Amino acid sequence: MTDTLDRAAVGAERKKSPASVQVVASPGGVHAWLVEEHAVPLLALEFAFVGGASQDPAERPGVANMLSGMLDEGAGPYDSDAFQTQLADHAIELRFSADRDAFRGSLKTLVSHLPKAVELLRLALNEARLEPEAIARVRGQIEAGLRHDASNPDVLAMRAFNETAFAGHPYGRSVRGSLDSVAAINRDDLSAFRAGVLARDNLHVAAVGAVSADVLGTLLDDAFGDLPQASDLTQVSQIELQGQGVRRVVEVDTPQSVVRFGAPGVARHDPDYMAAYIANHILGGGVFSARLFREVREKRGLAYGVSSALYPMRHAAMFFGGTATKNERVAESIEVISAEIARMGAEGPDEDEVRLARQYLIGSYALHFDTSSKIAGQLLHLSLEKMGVDYIDRRNDLVASVTREDVRRAAARIFDASKLLVVTAGKPVGLTGQG
Amino acid sequence: MSSATDAARRVEEQAQAGADGPVVCASTLDNGLDVVVIPDRRAPVVTHMVWYRNGSADDPVGKSGIAHFLEHLMFKGTTQHPEGEFSDAVAAIGGQENAFTSYDYTAYFQRVAKEHLGEMMHFEADRMTNLSFDEAVVGPERDVVIEERRMRTDSDPDQQLSEAMDAALFTHHPYGLPIIGWMHEIEGLSRDDAFNYYQRFYTPSNAILVVAGDVEAEAVQALAQEHYGRIASAARPQRLRPQEPPPRAARRVTVSDARVEQPLLRRLYLAPSTLTGGHEVACALDVLAEVLGGGATSVLYRKLVLEKAKAVSAGAWYFGSAVDQTRFGVTAAPAQDVSLDDLEKHIDDAVADFIARGVDEADFRRATTRLVADMVYAQDSQATLARVYGSALAIGESIADVQQWPARIAAVTPEGVMDAARAWLNARTAVTGRLEPQ
Repeated sequence: MTDTLDRAAVGAERKKSPASVQVVASPGGVHAWLVEEHAVPLLALEFAFVGGASQDPAERPGVANMLSGMLDEGAGPYDSDAFQTQLADHAIELRFSADRDAFRGSLKTLVSHLPKAVELLRLALNEARLEPEAIARVRGQIEAGLRHDASNPDVLAMRAFNETAFAGHPYGRSVRGSLDSVAAINRDDLSAFRAGVLARDNLHVAAVGAVSADVLGTLLDDAFGDLPQASDLTQVSQIELQGQGVRRVVEVDTPQSVVRFGAPGVARHDPDYMAAYIANHILGGGVFSARLFREVREKRGLAYGVSSALYPMRHAAMFFGGTATKNERVAESIEVISAEIARMGAEGPDEDEVRLARQYLIGSYALHFDTSSKIAGQLLHLSLEKMGVDYIDRRNDLVASVTREDVRRAAARIFDASKLLVVTAGKPVGLTGQG
Repeated sequence: MSSATDAARRVEEQAQAGADGPVVCASTLDNGLDVVVIPDRRAPVVTHMVWYRNGSADDPVGKSGIAHFLEHLMFKGTTQHPEGEFSDAVAAIGGQENAFTSYDYTAYFQRVAKEHLGEMMHFEADRMTNLSFDEAVVGPERDVVIEERRMRTDSDPDQQLSEAMDAALFTHHPYGLPIIGWMHEIEGLSRDDAFNYYQRFYTPSNAILVVAGDVEAEAVQALAQEHYGRIASAARPQRLRPQEPPPRAARRVTVSDARVEQPLLRRLYLAPSTLTGGHEVACALDVLAEVLGGGATSVLYRKLVLEKAKAVSAGAWYFGSAVDQTRFGVTAAPAQDVSLDDLEKHIDDAVADFIARGVDEADFRRATTRLVADMVYAQDSQATLARVYGSALAIGESIADVQQWPARIAAVTPEGVMDAARAWLNARTAVTGRLEPQ
């Protein structure tokens, strides 16, 4: 699964590059992308195993998420409290999480505590105890979180959206699971997930900080070298967004409704991806100049926030966005958003909008590379997306080469108001669900 | 060398590493604008911030939310640059921008490639003095703020409890008012209210310019002189703050809501801030919060979550960075089938037990180590550093105060922590809040 990379191609100094990336292969064969940076005496390590919550058993969603809460609850010679004490005594930050497509980890340490940090990471990955008492405690914490969010309109809208958009697919299930499924998860489920997903052939690692390639190589073997070589992942099928044209309402007693909308998007390696990305930036990217922001917030005062984005996930490509507005004005908000989507699909942006969007995206790229954690996050993202280590240097040229015609073509592909799945959670006035 | 001495040395070394971070330059223009430059050469970008020494706690009586509403209206144009020009200019160069309002300050920022710093200063200096917009934009923007309040507070019982507890803790001081304002007062805020407030507070002597990034201090100071230096000076406005009297009563606040399925228990104690209590007390309270409730090795977590299994989470926090008397908070979520009464009793017992026994030496060392390390981690982000320095100066601290903080944390003693606990963790004069199902 690890990308084949040409080491010679990445050693050269690049003046304009926001980050000078080295590709490191450990003596034991673990690969990582490294940005060596000695200004601050710390190391940020971001890593991911492909196969996140979409690897949960169909009848038991929430396993990946629960395992992510269990790896630092006792491992090797340390029980839960001793493990946490080891982390805290050395001010080491070690966190695991799961999303649909990956099981993720994040390590931050002062370089003076590097050996201890690597020891704890190795133990968490290889020798987490998964003791019944800790399972019960983590289960209780997850259940408390689920209960806390039981009437949260944001969470309810998201859940209903996914259930409709990805019906019958792992993406339709909640990453955190439900009170029922979390109650049913047992130690065997956690062990099985760990055995199938935590391996070396689906591992991606990015490191930023005050370490050399040699030091990182040794560290990689220490931390990840004992993992099994081969993962055993359940095949996940590709799915197109379901429920196109459907309007759903989830009734919940709040003064403001949360609206989530989506439609089929564009895959990351589609030739039109960058053009579609620019089209979405003009429509609903997170800037004050975006059309949705101007129409919904600035002109009409309908909402505090409104935005949209492309979600090129591993097994589905989605255009997705949302807003939150008072119940009395939900219908109006959806109408305005739909009209803007339809207009962008039919006419595309004008030349000036495309030019400004290109300028913005080119100029802002460097802002993604100004802290160790952000750089590591970017590297990991590119590695997972199989973009190649040279992408950071090519990316702005790619943006610059997109023409208005490209953007119009891409916009016509994804922005079709009749295909929108719209889910509202709240007590919207004059809005009824269907389907 | 004993391990305790070893650990103390380690903390001191870390504190030293923290102090040896960036070489920060400070100066003041003739019109009173403070200028702070924080070098960070890792990426060719700058964070440009302007902080005003006024926040929601300076809202005139009956006008709660005006500081925050004005912050929104600051994006509505000036006599030189009509609405949208500044934001368009930021977007055209790939910059990011935003603003935020807190109790004691309001700040505006852009993050851009370093060659655009002068242009950002041009626009930011312009809106420090030339704000101008039509009545027509006020109504829709007020609706935006109303939706913001609905989103953050009115749709969330959890936030409603926090708001009610703040109002109960501060019986007289404006920290008891929500930053965003009470809904009925937001609805009445006008263009005149905003301009009156703007004219009172938005002046160079009340502002701090913070620039962090790949820049030279002298070049930044020259640019600041060029753009901000031409703004006429005026006396720094005074904060008019009614002070909170010492609390005499225990207060109990409950939010019961049909939407609540997971109860919560919270406690707020009135406590000195770094300005009202001095650095020694504030640093001791920082360590106390870390020892008592900073993560999975804290006293409360171990007692309530690990040992007694009465809670699924438990923590403590202290907000020392404030002009006036401030908050020390404790929070816990009960395990299923544990009542809030039972949980509260266990929290009070745990705090009493902690005060009776004193702080464990290992717990104390761990807390100081972590706090000092946080400051080293903060150096990884120029935006974070800009915020650390900006907020400190905005409440009246000095640059030296920020730089000495790690050493002051390292100098806290176990006795100092216990003195702080005995002095300020008094349930009989605190606010206890409950979130429970209806």
